[in-house]
Amino acid sequence: MTAVPTAGQDDLLRVEDLKVHFPIRKGVFFDRTVGHVKAVDGVSLTVPRGATYGLVGESGCGKSTLGRAILRLEEPTSGRVLFDGTDVAALKGEPLRQMRQRMQMVFQDPLGSLDPRQNVESLLSEPLHAHGLGGGKAGIAEKIRGLLDAVGLPSAALRRYPHEFSGGQRQRIGIARAVALEPDLLIADEPVSALDVSVQAQVINLLEELQERLGLTYLVIAHDLAVVRHISDVVGVMYLGSLVEQAPADDLYEQPLHPYTRALMSAVPVPDPEVEEQRERILLAGDLPSPADPPSGCRFHTRCPWRQETRCDDEVPVLRELGPGRLVSCHWAEEIRDGVLHPRSPEEVLHAGIAVQPGAGGRARDDDPTPFLGRETPLPRAEQG
Amino acid sequence: MQAPVLEVEDLAVRFTRRGEQPTRAVDGVSFSVAPGETIGLVGESGCGKSVTSLAIMGLLPRRGVEVTGSVRFDGNDLVDAPDHVLRGLRGADMGMVFQDPLSSLNPTVPIGTQVTEVLLEHREMSKAEARDEATRLLDRVGIPDPGRRLKEYPHQLSGGMRQRALIAMALACAPRLLIADEPTTALDVTIQAQILELLRELVVDSGTALVMITHDLGVVAGLCDRVHVMYAGKIIETADRHDLFTRPRQPYTGGLLASVPRLDSTRGAPLTPIRGSARDAIPWSEGCAFAPRCDNAQDDCLTEVSGSTVPLVPDGPGRELRCRHPLEHPSAPSGATASGAAR
Repeated sequence: MTAVPTAGQDDLLRVEDLKVHFPIRKGVFFDRTVGHVKAVDGVSLTVPRGATYGLVGESGCGKSTLGRAILRLEEPTSGRVLFDGTDVAALKGEPLRQMRQRMQMVFQDPLGSLDPRQNVESLLSEPLHAHGLGGGKAGIAEKIRGLLDAVGLPSAALRRYPHEFSGGQRQRIGIARAVALEPDLLIADEPVSALDVSVQAQVINLLEELQERLGLTYLVIAHDLAVVRHISDVVGVMYLGSLVEQAPADDLYEQPLHPYTRALMSAVPVPDPEVEEQRERILLAGDLPSPADPPSGCRFHTRCPWRQETRCDDEVPVLRELGPGRLVSCHWAEEIRDGVLHPRSPEEVLHAGIAVQPGAGGRARDDDPTPFLGRETPLPRAEQG
Repeated sequence: MQAPVLEVEDLAVRFTRRGEQPTRAVDGVSFSVAPGETIGLVGESGCGKSVTSLAIMGLLPRRGVEVTGSVRFDGNDLVDAPDHVLRGLRGADMGMVFQDPLSSLNPTVPIGTQVTEVLLEHREMSKAEARDEATRLLDRVGIPDPGRRLKEYPHQLSGGMRQRALIAMALACAPRLLIADEPTTALDVTIQAQILELLRELVVDSGTALVMITHDLGVVAGLCDRVHVMYAGKIIETADRHDLFTRPRQPYTGGLLASVPRLDSTRGAPLTPIRGSARDAIPWSEGCAFAPRCDNAQDDCLTEVSGSTVPLVPDGPGRELRCRHPLEHPSAPSGATASGAAR
């Protein structure tokens, strides 16, 4: 990706051409690297202070790896992560530890990310001790009470253990722990996907409330487009390790430009029978190709219902600006937007796997199983790459 | 309307443990499905929707489980049916698709053997015939290159393809009833769309009766004819999908609709969640289980009236409701969103 998003006055986070490649190793005696899984392959984005950037994509598209790489929980292969002007990717030791105080993460699985043998008081005071904050016993106790209050938990929760809480309450504890250090940036990786519908809304509202009160900047990673749209100002759509589209939330949902975004949005079920019956349905053929061996040209061409004979297969599209604040990486974005090109119908796509089209060179490889890469993990919501 | 394939009446499942109070997982559930019809059982985790499906199929363990009521398949009761009768029906006349395809497939046996097993068992085919039929089935559910796939093991297939294979197995004997328990929950949205399209096609083409069990209201809106909303083991509202989504009557249904962020709603408006969590339910014997979380709850929600708890009563044409203080929809303006109306 060569296009760099326009630099704002007050960007808290700038990611420049970030790459995270995981080596594939083979051999018993000699550790040979036979290839790389390109989990994140050249992503650039900026998040202004106080804003919410939403990152969507399916399992295996690299969105979680990108989030972890920003916090240096994953070592970036190349590229820069500028947090408030400092390159996080170049930090080491104590400066990195101190920087992390300002960048916190909320994880997907609250039960898995909280130590089952620590009670809530100890869970919440741990980060304060680690960073020498809070000022003595009394100060810390005071701070913890404030935190519990902020996330809507009773003070009786202090002596209880994670297993005694419901999923929604556990996620509140996870959020309290993340905001305990008064960070500037909060990266939330699938913060509500493990929760029941009626509880999801509570946690979404809590995140919004905290943002307003504490002036937080969010990077929200999720697969649920409706959730992302609800809380984000700017949304980036990822496919196979790179951004395919980025736009202000309203614009993106009003008029998605990239074929993948359109397909994604048409696939999200809407709880309204009238809408369900009328809206356009775009089905994608097949599964996500292996990130170790991504298709040539446009990475989406193997599944794209708008795929053209020229350019798509052999020319890599760059992320280019198409209107204010709108970035898209598709050769044919204008033609698709203006309705010059038409997608294949759902019936055609559903049975496309059987009647392989002549010349669809990428398709055979697309179906090639590479199980060890876990293109689609059996529990995709639980642990995404 | 044709005679129903499946009629469930007053089904109750109790889990008993020595030294503990029995748990009522399913409590007086009744519904029926006709050929070519799709019904939805909707509810959050722990509401008893999966246990209902397992009870219908006779897949619950015998020990520590009490199943009462009746499940009639083609007029024959299944609750007390002996094992060999159930075994003859399962896989042949009744098919089931589970949520997690990897754990429902045998990891050490190739896909082909697992599909042909059903055919050999129920349709008395020869091995060669079964093999051809299996190829045709995989082809029908949209698995590319089915001949090669038959030789592969479950771990070699992607999640979406495993779920297709499972659907192919469920369809092997052209069952008249298919129960799908959260068939798309573990899948990505684009794959979910493929699977839903496939199920839709099957119901239309083969006239299979489909029971769709899900927590996703969006899936229900697009697929099901009639919807039963469950809470704490009971059906609390039944309606045609159009009625349910435009005019939810049970405060729980209304609350669910209002708490889901929608792709087509105006952005920025705060969501209106249901307070508390499903853990806050009280036993039905003491009133309405949802009362502790309900905004409409009044004193009589927590007491018995004339010796019975809150009953499921008819509520307009084709609707049933279990609530003493339902949501009112004065004029049901056309085009009003469900979430707007529910508030």
